[in-house]
Amino acid sequence: MTGYNFAYLDEQTKRMIRRTLLKAVAIPGHQIPFGSREMPLPFGWGTGGIQVTASILGPDDVLKVIDQGADDTTNAVSIRRFFARTAGVRTTTRTAEATVIQTRHRTPETPLREGQILVYQVPQPEPLSRLEHRRAETRQMHALAEYGLMHVKLYEDITRFGHVATSYDFPVMVNGRYLMAPSPIPAFDNPKLDRNPALQLFGAGREKRIYAVPPYTEVRSLEFDDHPFQPRRAPGTCALCGSQASYLDEVVIDDQGGRMFVCSDTDYCAERVALREAAE
Amino acid sequence: MANPSFTPSTATPGLDPGVHGPASPALEGLDPRVKPGGDEKLLWAEGLHLRFGPITALDDVAAELWPGEVLAIVGESGSGKTTLLNVLSGKLPPDAGAVWYRDPVGDAHDVHAMPAPALRALHRSDWGFVQQNPRDSLRMRVTAGGNVGERLMAAGSRHYGTIRDTAMDWLRQVEIEPSRIDDMPTTFSGGMLQRLQIARTLVTHPRLVFMDEPTGGLDVSVQARLLDLIRTLVARLGIAVVLVTHDIAAARLLAGRMMVMQGGRVVESGLTDQVLDDPQHPYTQLLVSSVLTA
Repeated sequence: MTGYNFAYLDEQTKRMIRRTLLKAVAIPGHQIPFGSREMPLPFGWGTGGIQVTASILGPDDVLKVIDQGADDTTNAVSIRRFFARTAGVRTTTRTAEATVIQTRHRTPETPLREGQILVYQVPQPEPLSRLEHRRAETRQMHALAEYGLMHVKLYEDITRFGHVATSYDFPVMVNGRYLMAPSPIPAFDNPKLDRNPALQLFGAGREKRIYAVPPYTEVRSLEFDDHPFQPRRAPGTCALCGSQASYLDEVVIDDQGGRMFVCSDTDYCAERVALREAAE
Repeated sequence: MANPSFTPSTATPGLDPGVHGPASPALEGLDPRVKPGGDEKLLWAEGLHLRFGPITALDDVAAELWPGEVLAIVGESGSGKTTLLNVLSGKLPPDAGAVWYRDPVGDAHDVHAMPAPALRALHRSDWGFVQQNPRDSLRMRVTAGGNVGERLMAAGSRHYGTIRDTAMDWLRQVEIEPSRIDDMPTTFSGGMLQRLQIARTLVTHPRLVFMDEPTGGLDVSVQARLLDLIRTLVARLGIAVVLVTHDIAAARLLAGRMMVMQGGRVVESGLTDQVLDDPQHPYTQLLVSSVLTA
């Protein structure tokens, strides 16, 4: 495509973002500020993720974009098409084939491998934001690793609901040092972040922050000794592939109260269906 | 002490009230040569100067505090009491002079030369601060139990049951119904809020607590109960207290020694009874004579 630089962003911006990424990888879980650019989509739609993807994409990369686990939702389709046009890279829906996966709200069910890069879209990079509104103060809390306040939130949850009621964006400790918001992925996905062989990058466009979890880095969800972290999923079976282990979406199918559970990760589900059909 | 492991590294020397400063020196008298809780100063300051533009807030102020001792700083509004408290607690750097604190190991630290992380750690563990308005320090959207537990969690406690038991125990100690542990502070009365703040501050067993007008803004009967509570707790736990107040009666009830401030200067200091019964400085005489006796 003419009139645009490769992958839309100009080279200077990419350099700036790559430098930020290097810093982020060097200090796992630490939020690094960067000069977020205007992108041809609104804040909240993945401007952070799309800038990170644009900066790391090479001509040989294979890109997959998912939104809530699905490859075929508006956001995923638009961003995938955007990079197909501006970078001319090959795109895929298969998790195993992709080298770069941009995601919103999910970590793929299929285990990732070394060499793959997972780019998360992050609306709010500051895990303490709802508890402490002053950014100067939260920065100091990060600097001194004063994270008692986050446990106050868990304490309140257990006191009110009997269990930790945070079901997404569940705060994690990275490498035993930094408290990190894993972006609004379900708490169910938190264990997948831990010691993942893939590089995980997090971009928050509106908040102008980038952070990262390098491969094989320890990521622990916060917990109390007597209330250990419990990943939750809907108790059900995928109506399409029969999975009892994957994260499920509940879909209303009529106005008679009918509903079904299906895998939120469409690629994982389709693969299982294909395997079953091949076996028959 | 429900869980000793929460006690910061600070074995407060002796928790026996008998060894420690008498609860009411006014009743028992105090020999200035016998320092309660040990013969090494806990906190001391020399030559403190501080100006806010043309206003002199502190003018060559010195202070010293021994472990387990209650020191009252009295004076009228604008005399520099709260400024002195903020300087002593490391919140506000002085223009000149230094504040020293001796840690449990026995090493003396220049409070204003300490690195910020160390000072914050000190405020979280060995020290406590009770504000005049409890709403400034409490988290009003967090339950009473969560408020008391916050310092424990900041100190590294990660057992929900233990935190809750300790919080419950402390609510009882400050005379709040333990059944209100899950209530929001917004549903508490002013006196209860102040007691909640005290529980929240003392839960980690600090060695030194700064109190800024802890009874300000409360009605008289509530003040009396609160003063009684503070006196009991401080004596039992052997906590050293720097108490800022304009209430002479509160000073007499709680403090072993007092300093009278006027216009940023300490005009008189000594044993509370001595100062109040035989005031030397005209300003002190005025203060003492202006106390209403019902």
